[in-house]
Amino acid sequence: MRSTRGRADVGMPLLEITRLSVSFATPRGVVAAVREVSLEVRRGECLAVVGESGSGKSQLFLGSLGLLAASGRAQGTVRFEGRDLLGSDPAPLRDALGTRIAMVAQDPMNALTPHLTIGRQLGEVVLERGLLEAGQAQARALETLRAVRMPDPEGRLRQYPHELSGGQRQRVAIAMALMTGPDLLVADEPTTALDVTVQAQVLDVLREARDRGLALVLVTHDLGVVAGIADRVAVMYAGRIVECAPVRELFAAPAHPYTAALLASVPRLGAAQPRRLAGIEGQPPRPGDEPPGCSFAPRCPSVVARCRAERPGLRVVGERSVACHASLVEPGGGP
Amino acid sequence: MSARLLEVRGLTVRFPLRSEGLLGSRRWFTAVDGVELGVAAGQSLGIVGESGCGKSTLARAILGLVEPAAGSIAWRGSSVRRGDAAGLQRMRRELQVVFQDPVGSLDPRMTIGESMAEALIALEGPQPRAMRDARVAATLQEVGLDPVLAVRYPHELSGGQCQRAAIARAVIARPAMLVCDEAVSALDVSVQAQIVNLLADLRERHGLALLFISHNLAVVRQLCDEVLVLYLGRVVERAPREALFAAPRHPYTRALLAAVPEPDPAARSAGRGLNEVQSELTAPPGPASAGCAFAARCPLADQRCRSASPTLAADGAGHLIACHRWRELPPRTSLRPASAP
Repeated sequence: MRSTRGRADVGMPLLEITRLSVSFATPRGVVAAVREVSLEVRRGECLAVVGESGSGKSQLFLGSLGLLAASGRAQGTVRFEGRDLLGSDPAPLRDALGTRIAMVAQDPMNALTPHLTIGRQLGEVVLERGLLEAGQAQARALETLRAVRMPDPEGRLRQYPHELSGGQRQRVAIAMALMTGPDLLVADEPTTALDVTVQAQVLDVLREARDRGLALVLVTHDLGVVAGIADRVAVMYAGRIVECAPVRELFAAPAHPYTAALLASVPRLGAAQPRRLAGIEGQPPRPGDEPPGCSFAPRCPSVVARCRAERPGLRVVGERSVACHASLVEPGGGP
Repeated sequence: MSARLLEVRGLTVRFPLRSEGLLGSRRWFTAVDGVELGVAAGQSLGIVGESGCGKSTLARAILGLVEPAAGSIAWRGSSVRRGDAAGLQRMRRELQVVFQDPVGSLDPRMTIGESMAEALIALEGPQPRAMRDARVAATLQEVGLDPVLAVRYPHELSGGQCQRAAIARAVIARPAMLVCDEAVSALDVSVQAQIVNLLADLRERHGLALLFISHNLAVVRQLCDEVLVLYLGRVVERAPREALFAAPRHPYTRALLAAVPEPDPAARSAGRGLNEVQSELTAPPGPASAGCAFAARCPLADQRCRSASPTLAADGAGHLIACHRWRELPPRTSLRPASAP
C-alpha cells in the first residue's frame, strides 16, 4: 500500500508540531501538561521523546493527534504532510489517524479485543477502512505477522489474545498498527511491561520497521532503549522540551544539566561502578505549579541567578537545541 | 556471629492448577522448586529473573505469606515452622519488607507518622507517645524525609517520598534484614537512584542485610554482594557480584545480561546479536518436565538437557551453575567489548 503514495515532498517534515500546549480542567483549576512545544518528525527517522512521569511526553502526542481525555484541551498547530490536524476541518485527522499514523500503547492486553481472534482483529483494521477485500485482508494479516517475526504466524491467526504471552501480544499490537502500511508509528512505552529478553526482540521488530522507511516516535523513560534505537532524542521536563539532539551527541555530551543528571542516574552494567548513583535531588514541580524562571532551576547543580528570574528559550544551532542559560556545551559545538 | 541470619533449604512452593474434568487428578504448578539460599548479617543478596520465574513467590514464602510445599526456613539458626507463631513473630521483628507500589503499600487513611507508629508498636509493644514521636521523626530524617511529613497522608506525597516512607516504616524497629520486592521498579530513574543510594546508606550505617528482588540487573549490580538467577522456579546460577557480571556462566544468565539495553549508543552494534535466546518464556509446563527448565530456549540444549535436570555444581571460581554444558560456551571475559574498564 505504501507504494501508491507520492514522495514529492521529501524535504518537508512528516509531522510538524508548532507551539502545542495541552491543559486539563481539574477540580483545582486548569493544569498545564504540555507548554508550547515545537517538534518535527522526519520521514524514516526514529525520534525518542524522553522524560520522567508527569513530564508531558505522552500528552504531547495524544494532544497532537486529537486523542486527549474529555477534560483535556490542545492548542497550537500540528501538521501531517502539511495538512492541519487540529484545525476546524476534521478531514485531515480522520484521513490520517489509524491509517497513515498508527499508535502502539504500553499495555498489550488492553490493546486487543479479548473475544476476537488475532486474524479477525488484524483484518478489521483494513476492512473497516475499505482498504482491502476480505481475502486480501487475511493475506495481509499473515504478511504483517511475519514482518513482526511472530512464531507460527498461520496458527496465531486462529488464536485469541489470552492464548498468547505478553511479548506475543505486543507483537500483535505492533502488527495491528502496521496493517495499513502507515508512514508514522507513535509507540508509547511499547516495551515497558516486557521482560528484557522480550524487549530486545520487540525493539528489533521496531528497528526493522524503521529500516523499511517507517517514521517512529518512541515515547519512553528508558534511556537504554533510546540508546539502542533512536536517531534523535527530545528530552522533556515539566511540559517543555529542554534539549533535542542526535542520539550520539546527546549521550556523549548532554547540553542540558537535566539531561546530564538523568544520564548519571542510570545504573549501568557495562561500565565501572560508581560507589553511589548520582540521582537528582528534590522533586519535579507539581503540574500547574511553575517557577518564574527555568522549571529545573530548583534542582539544578549548574544554576545561576538568571535561571530563577528568566525562562530560557530553546536555542537552536545546527542539529542541536537546548533551553538553558548555563548550558554544559555550546549547541552545535563539541563538549 | 557465625550463624547466618536466614537459611533456606530445598524450598518448594506449588500452586494448584485447574484440574481436568470433574474427576481429573489435581495438577500443580511449581513456582519455586527446591531453592537453597543463605543471607549473612549485613550481606546483600540479589535475586533476578524474568516475570514468572518465581522470585516474588520465593520472597513471600520466606516472609511466611505463602505456605511452602517442602523445604525449611531458619532464622538465626532456629527453624521457623508452620504454626509456630512465636518463631514467626521473632523472625518478623527483624525481617521487614518493602514492596513495589509505594503508594499502595501505605494505608491511605493513616498519616505517615501513624503508619510508622503502628509498625513500631506491633514490633516492640506500647511505649510513651513522646518516645514514639521522637523515633518517627528520627527515622524520617534517616530516610531523607522532612519530619514534618509525619502528619501528611500518602496521597499528599510523591511516589519517591512514599517509597521513602515505606522504607521508614520498615526500618523504624531496626530490623536485621530487609526484603525488597521490586522496591525501585515503579520509580522514575532520578528517584530510583535516590532510593538505591538510601538502601546502600542503610546497609553501611546499620549493617542491614538485604534480600533484593528485581528484574533490573544494573540496580542489582549496584546494591548486591551476591546474585542468584532464577529460571522457572529453579536456581540456575549463583555467584558473587563481580564474578556473575564479569563472567556469567549459565547460558540463561548470559542471555539475560546481553538483553539489557545499555544507555550508550556507541555500544549499539556490539550489543546487537548477543541475544542467544530465540523464543520467550512460554506458559508454565504442567507436570515438571524431566530435563533442564531452560532447555526449550537454550541454544546449547541437547538430548541430555531434555532428559536429565542438571544440579547446581561449583566451577571452582565462585560460581554455582546448574547446566550440563556451560563449559562448552566460549569464555566471555567482558559482556560488552566497547565498555571495558
